[in-house]
Amino acid sequence: MTRPATISEKILSAKSGVEARAGDIVVCDVDLVIGTDASSPMAIDYFKRMGGTALFYPKRVVFALDHYAPPSTAKTAAFHEQVRAFANEHDAALYEVGRGISHQVVAELGRVLPGDLVIGADSHTVTCGALNLFATGVGSSDLAAAMITGRIWLRVPETIKVTLLGKRSPGVAPKDVALAMIAELGAEGANYRALEFHGDGVGDFTLEDRFVLSNLAVESGAKAAIFAADAATDAYLERRTMQRRSGVTADPAARYSREIEIALDTISPLVAIPHSPNDVVSIADLLGTPIHMVFLGTCTGGRVVDFHEALAVIERGGGRIAPGVQLVITPASREVHRRLIVDGSLAKFSDLGAIITTPGCGACCGTSGAIPGSGMNVLSTANRNFKARMGNATASIYLASPAACAAAAVTGVITDPRAIG
Amino acid sequence: MAIHCDGRARIVGNDVNTDYIIASTRKRDTLDEQILKRYLLETVDPAFAASVQPGDILVAGTNFGCGSAMEIAATVILAAGITAVVAQSFSRTFFRNAVNNGLLPIECDTSDIHEGDRLSVSSDSAAISIENRTRGTTLAASPLPALMADILAAGGLVEFIRHGGWTQGQPA
Repeated sequence: MTRPATISEKILSAKSGVEARAGDIVVCDVDLVIGTDASSPMAIDYFKRMGGTALFYPKRVVFALDHYAPPSTAKTAAFHEQVRAFANEHDAALYEVGRGISHQVVAELGRVLPGDLVIGADSHTVTCGALNLFATGVGSSDLAAAMITGRIWLRVPETIKVTLLGKRSPGVAPKDVALAMIAELGAEGANYRALEFHGDGVGDFTLEDRFVLSNLAVESGAKAAIFAADAATDAYLERRTMQRRSGVTADPAARYSREIEIALDTISPLVAIPHSPNDVVSIADLLGTPIHMVFLGTCTGGRVVDFHEALAVIERGGGRIAPGVQLVITPASREVHRRLIVDGSLAKFSDLGAIITTPGCGACCGTSGAIPGSGMNVLSTANRNFKARMGNATASIYLASPAACAAAAVTGVITDPRAIG
Repeated sequence: MAIHCDGRARIVGNDVNTDYIIASTRKRDTLDEQILKRYLLETVDPAFAASVQPGDILVAGTNFGCGSAMEIAATVILAAGITAVVAQSFSRTFFRNAVNNGLLPIECDTSDIHEGDRLSVSSDSAAISIENRTRGTTLAASPLPALMADILAAGGLVEFIRHGGWTQGQPA
């Protein structure tokens, strides 16, 4: 008889062929290997040095040109040429410049399904765990080894059970809940561990909302951040793939290394202050802080719903951006970009004087898009606010929900979005 | 296989993320570690890179290498001549990248190690020890699990895979 198992233990057992439990080291078959333009040039080098000649499963390898989108230097253009040539030679899928952020695109295309094991050389690959699968970030050498062998070694993680209870109060965003969670866990509270989300409060989160929680989990070090599959999962996948999978659930007697409960109705709008995403305070503590740049985008806050929420706040606030505020819009993917064109949102942002940039990682890590000026305060929907993260060590980056970012765009200072209009 | 190294302790703090080890904006311009090593830890201390001597041992607080999974953070440390990182704890992605490149990651209590202390690190399949010759103390760390020790002993994942890796047998 098999021992009770968490979702992670069940997935890693299925992929390794052994009864995998927390602490074991197992070699697993990988369902999808994701490289980006930032990590693949090194991975291609490792691939060659490892003696690689072919991809073990070409259909299970994808590359996304998302970090340097579009390339702003000859060197980054050369990285793209290198990745294109490799993908072409080895018959792997390539998501071109402007297609979007790697893990966002594979979700949109229905390439990741419940029960899958997905590795990506991008730490925010964990985002895909919202679709009831084990998705984790790795480096370039692991990527290369998986391209050659179809496998990866993994230590089976202990799991932290995160129980969401009740409903969010009006004006409180999934981002606020995610910030509360990573503040509670701390910068390494989930290191080497998986998160598993439970509780009636899960129903308060659409699939796109769940991406936000899974995404930010890595800021506490999480190896994976997994939701159970439900009607929302089915609805998301139904439009995107013909494949059907039954979900993976945890056994009732599964062992958790820690359990935390989040009462959703106790959470209010929050802001992560410079220079750590785990350094979270109530927005009430920061009211009036001047903001010079507002960045709406990234794999945390660059989906359609995020831009709609931001626009609603701006319209409630009079439909104008405060003088001196630079508003930067970067859709997470071309699908998001196109939907915002069709529904008129991008025209509204353009009328507001926003800078609208190529879908992808954008200004988040200073590799493409707008770099803040010296001494600027930035309010961003992103996930990281490390010093120099956006390419200028003297800028101060604050992180908040799309609504809170929009409220600051209207007033020029940090403002509770519930107070707008 | 035993690994042994002697060097000066170079202290950094808690939550040193990979962007601090090497900025994303630097690796946009080149992936040549010999160039990038000039900017090692520049966000933490602009003078750090120039002061590194081959054989130095990086000594960190908690959560070393958090943030982005970028592997260049491990390879730039190696390029600077640093062969081991001792930390209170590591981010999992940095830990993997270190092992995969033959950079020895040692998890132990670093609170009594000070800048410039002479350290002597010994690692084999049974144990890892750090002798602090300046202070006359010895710290012990748990040995790595077998597969990780094998990868490290091979010199990293490149040699491990070149010599058959796990493809020769059934999944472990």
